[in-house]
Amino acid sequence: MTIRLEPRVAAPRWLSTVATIGAVAVALVLSGAMIAFVGGDPIRSYLHILSASFGSIGVLSDTLVKATPLILTGLACALAFRMRLWNIGAEGQFLLGAWGASAVVLSGFLPAGAPAIVYIPLMMVAGMATGAVWGLVPGILRARLGVNEIISTLMLNYVALFWVQFWVFGPWSESGFQQTKSFPREAWLPRLSDFSGIVPAFGGLTVHLGLVFGLIAAGIVWLILERSRWGYEIRLIGDSPRAARYAGVDIARNLIVVFAVSGALAGLAGMSEVAGSVHRLQDRISPGYGFTAIIIAYLAKFHPGRVIVAAILFGALILAGREIQPSGIPAMIQGIILFALIVADTLVRYRVRIERGVAPPVASG
Amino acid sequence: MDLTLVFAAGIAAGTVLLFAAVGEIFAERAGVLNLGVEGMMLMGAVTGFSASLSTGNPWLGLAVAMVTGGLVALLHAVVTIHLRADQVVSGLALTFLGTGLARVLGEGLTNRQVATLPRLTIPFLSDIPLAGPIVFREQSILTYVGFILVPLAWFWIERTRPGLHLRAVGEYPAAADAQGIGVYRLRYAYVVFGGVLAGLAGAAITLAISPGWFGDQTVNGRGWIAVGLVIFARWNPIRAAIGAYLFGAIFRFILDVQGVQSILGVQNPFLAGRSSTFFLEMLPYLFVVFVVILGGRAATRQRIGAPAALGTPYVRGERGV
Repeated sequence: MTIRLEPRVAAPRWLSTVATIGAVAVALVLSGAMIAFVGGDPIRSYLHILSASFGSIGVLSDTLVKATPLILTGLACALAFRMRLWNIGAEGQFLLGAWGASAVVLSGFLPAGAPAIVYIPLMMVAGMATGAVWGLVPGILRARLGVNEIISTLMLNYVALFWVQFWVFGPWSESGFQQTKSFPREAWLPRLSDFSGIVPAFGGLTVHLGLVFGLIAAGIVWLILERSRWGYEIRLIGDSPRAARYAGVDIARNLIVVFAVSGALAGLAGMSEVAGSVHRLQDRISPGYGFTAIIIAYLAKFHPGRVIVAAILFGALILAGREIQPSGIPAMIQGIILFALIVADTLVRYRVRIERGVAPPVASG
Repeated sequence: MDLTLVFAAGIAAGTVLLFAAVGEIFAERAGVLNLGVEGMMLMGAVTGFSASLSTGNPWLGLAVAMVTGGLVALLHAVVTIHLRADQVVSGLALTFLGTGLARVLGEGLTNRQVATLPRLTIPFLSDIPLAGPIVFREQSILTYVGFILVPLAWFWIERTRPGLHLRAVGEYPAAADAQGIGVYRLRYAYVVFGGVLAGLAGAAITLAISPGWFGDQTVNGRGWIAVGLVIFARWNPIRAAIGAYLFGAIFRFILDVQGVQSILGVQNPFLAGRSSTFFLEMLPYLFVVFVVILGGRAATRQRIGAPAALGTPYVRGERGV
């Protein structure tokens, strides 16, 4: 008996969607089996995740807060991955963006009492610029010296983490604690609860302006990828570098620019997290947003709109997963989902033929 | 700071990287890129530790770790060889899965004491001036396994018939297939063997070099450093060993330098507890980038590149390398 994979000439559009949903379902069943295996109760775990993330307006708002950095880092990965550029460094670019935005507040660069209209745009620019610089480094290394970007971005993640730790343990430490002092109110992104005086229903809702950044960024990335000449070049390089070269596309330049934009998106995520949610820089500012972003980009098939949906789902998993024991379960579920997605992808691209008897004759190439 | 001890500890720390890097060399020479080294090492580290803890037998722990590493790698093999999935994405998935699963399995294992593998001093050899005490005194038995593994791996790949088949499968699978070499069979074998060595590397941490389980900090990027070393080593086990020992020494040096009060009369700015030590901690990771640049440049100059079929699935009868 042999198993053969035959390429599908034209895969129907619905098949891809069904396969993705099926993969997530299968992954949840497998994860449930693992949870049961280590002595947990899968049904209760899942119900807990559901109620603790979507159960009320309040927790839904918290889910969206967790989804905000995931949307932006997810877009960062989706844009780079569409060009088959493996930017695994969104985590480091996020951290640098958070650092850059914090530097605006903590360096004493602005006079005390400067208004939010000055603080917020400056922090955005600083966060995006530092994130972009952290993306440019592996971009230039790859374009000019042929350095594998997976290795360089991963290593730079560690460097970024130590860089942030140096500042929060050292110069910016708040009396020896592993965090900086809290930002002044002018450096906070507005939250829904800030408007509870006008709309009482907004009371206690933590969703902040960063979510709007994410939605606008998704729109811009969609416009770039699907409606611009530049996006056409990115997609062409991703699908066939050889064809792109024949078409006269400057691959090295695109590589550097895409890496910078990707880094800027992740940097904005870091800015939005410190300004919108944490209001200070601290050691453990990211529970791995930049890594989850990789799975989100893949789950969304690099489509900006779907990145938003996937980010909300993973935001729920991160939010509710904090209370689930053992603590590795959310990371494990993410890994199983990614594996299921890869297998589903194969089933979409190929038709599986199981044949009995001898191996079929080889088709001439 | 006793430099003999620093270098001796560096060789021990380098042994971990060496196992992982040599394993990855085997997989990549067969044409399969496996970026899941970090995940496989964590799985080996936790299962080996756990097995040694519950049985009191570190050798059993070592065996369990190697089998686990192989099984995790088998998942990557099935997905990339038969299902033709993207090797990069599958490797990343393997790292996520391994990290999460290892944390789940390692719940409650932190701060536990475990039976470790024995240390040996080789008589006569350890009396050689300078090198003897560094290389042959009080080293873990796994360090000596590393000394033996490296030349064996090199000889196997470069000088034997099965090694020729291995290289053929990685360079030109269609030609290897036409010669009657089982491309799929060999790729499965070497990917799994790479996983076995990654599992060994993980257990080398928890059962020998720095015993204990510290969650996903246990491996702390060393799987990725091993992947970088393979590029630096230009897919050659001997160069990989040199790089691994060098990195091991750097890791140890960073730890030890923090304990020194003053250097040549100047107060040590990197004394333990100071925030400037974080710059020291960056060094190995920056060094990987540097080393990959060097390795890449040398490879281009000497026209030694990655195995030609690295990263591409082989399908009989299809065009391609």
